[in-house]
Amino acid sequence: MAAKSQKITGALITKGIQFSGFSSILFVLLIMFFLFYQGIPALFDVPLGDLFSQRWYPIESLYGIVPLILGSLIVTLGASLIAVPFGVITAIYIAEIAPRWLAEIMKPLVELLAGLPSVVLGFLGILIVSPFLRDVLNLPTGLTAFTGSLLLGGIAIPTIVSISEDALKNVPVSYRQGSYALGVTQWQTIWSVTVPAARRGILTAIMLGLGRTIGETMTVMMVTGNAPVMPASFMALFMPIRTMTATIASEMGEVAGGSPHYHVLFFIGLILFLFTLAVNIVVSRISTQQLKRSERILS
Amino acid sequence: MTDKIIVENFSLTYSDGTESLFDVDIHIPGNKITALIGPAGGGKSTFLRIFNRLNDLADVREVRGNVLIDDVDILDPELDVIALRRKIGIVFSRPLPLPLTIYQNVSYGLEIAGERNKNKLNAGVEHALQMAELWEEVKGRLFDSAYSLSGGQQQRLCLARTLALEPEIILLDEPTSALDPVATAKIESSLSELKNQYTIIIAPHNTQQAGRIADYVAFFLQGRMIEFSSVENIFTRPVDERTQDYISGKFG
Repeated sequence: MAAKSQKITGALITKGIQFSGFSSILFVLLIMFFLFYQGIPALFDVPLGDLFSQRWYPIESLYGIVPLILGSLIVTLGASLIAVPFGVITAIYIAEIAPRWLAEIMKPLVELLAGLPSVVLGFLGILIVSPFLRDVLNLPTGLTAFTGSLLLGGIAIPTIVSISEDALKNVPVSYRQGSYALGVTQWQTIWSVTVPAARRGILTAIMLGLGRTIGETMTVMMVTGNAPVMPASFMALFMPIRTMTATIASEMGEVAGGSPHYHVLFFIGLILFLFTLAVNIVVSRISTQQLKRSERILS
Repeated sequence: MTDKIIVENFSLTYSDGTESLFDVDIHIPGNKITALIGPAGGGKSTFLRIFNRLNDLADVREVRGNVLIDDVDILDPELDVIALRRKIGIVFSRPLPLPLTIYQNVSYGLEIAGERNKNKLNAGVEHALQMAELWEEVKGRLFDSAYSLSGGQQQRLCLARTLALEPEIILLDEPTSALDPVATAKIESSLSELKNQYTIIIAPHNTQQAGRIADYVAFFLQGRMIEFSSVENIFTRPVDERTQDYISGKFG
């Protein structure tokens, strides 16, 4: 009798775990379904040529999303120019050069920064970074794509540092020993042995860091000026722009359900989703690349 | 016979308190193969790593005694360790090519040492690979990844990259422990060739290997050097009873 009830309990627990496992996948599928269900009609509401035109002015039914896409890209690109060098070099410092006690303080500190709410960062951006940039660069306004890039760089850096540092730490000590034994200095060893050996992890770190920036909403909405203008040249970096995320966040609340505007906002969400999906696919391709047998044995 | 290396009253303690070497005295002759034998944990690897100061990277708390190579004190904190390591090569027990091509693995040390001339680099790489008896097997695919080689080839590649720097002393820490008998025989035969030009110190992975290739043998037991003599003496007329017992297989 006892054995039987145990068997039933076991079966119930298994079913329960199975259900939770499947339901999380189901939720994601449902989200995707609604994104497509609400986004795709935009293609029928608005002619394709208008959708990919250069003017975003929903009140007059102008739904050109190109400036928004470029806005997102320009901010992400700027952020990567800042975050990639700083992040990777910081990781190298923590993993390879810093004395152990310092590394043990720095790593958690950097990871703590990753938990900073983005609205707080945006607040700092409005109060400190943007007036500073306006005065120093002599701009009409400090709320620009560049301001957004700076702050988003700050959001991406902790991710890049943390994951790159793990990758560098995972490089077998024997690689370094082999290099030192040839009379190679520490810098040369880092540059030509340790970093190349960890490149896969570092690339993953960069992609994940940038994946965070492209989906980031609050900070960019607060500091990039929210002007959906077409970034025409390099100087657009120092002008207000608006990203895809900020557009959805600021307009979704006021739109009539089922209207063309509503569908277009979902369509933007769909594009954003495709961007991050692409990033994630690249990451998993990098990090699950088959190791050669010899490499597996040695590491 | 000239003493290339002189070690006097050498002791080394790791930072966790384990004493790895205790009062070691040894005079190692040049242009010979000296084998360090003894059971695991006897301090052979630590002893090898004294000479190119690789112990600097480990957690060593205290080092006492003198180590002279060509009458130069290599424990001097002011010593140029980089230059020392170029003079004293080491091959580890597991084949560990760097994550580069076959060619780059050998040329790397030369380039770092400042060699820029392409012809000299090519010649140096070829010469080193020939000395390590690997050239014939890899000459058609120098620019493949070093990991495409077999274990035995990788180990000879590691030997070649050490030889490329034309060191004076070569240290080998159980260089054939991961290799099959055929690859082992190849490494051993190249070592026997090489001793004309180099002083070789090897921790062989078994006692028989010491018998096959060494000229001199030092027996290490739990951090102490028990006996040092020619290979004939150690194997046929050991002075110390513990050496006798180890050689005859009573423990180990």
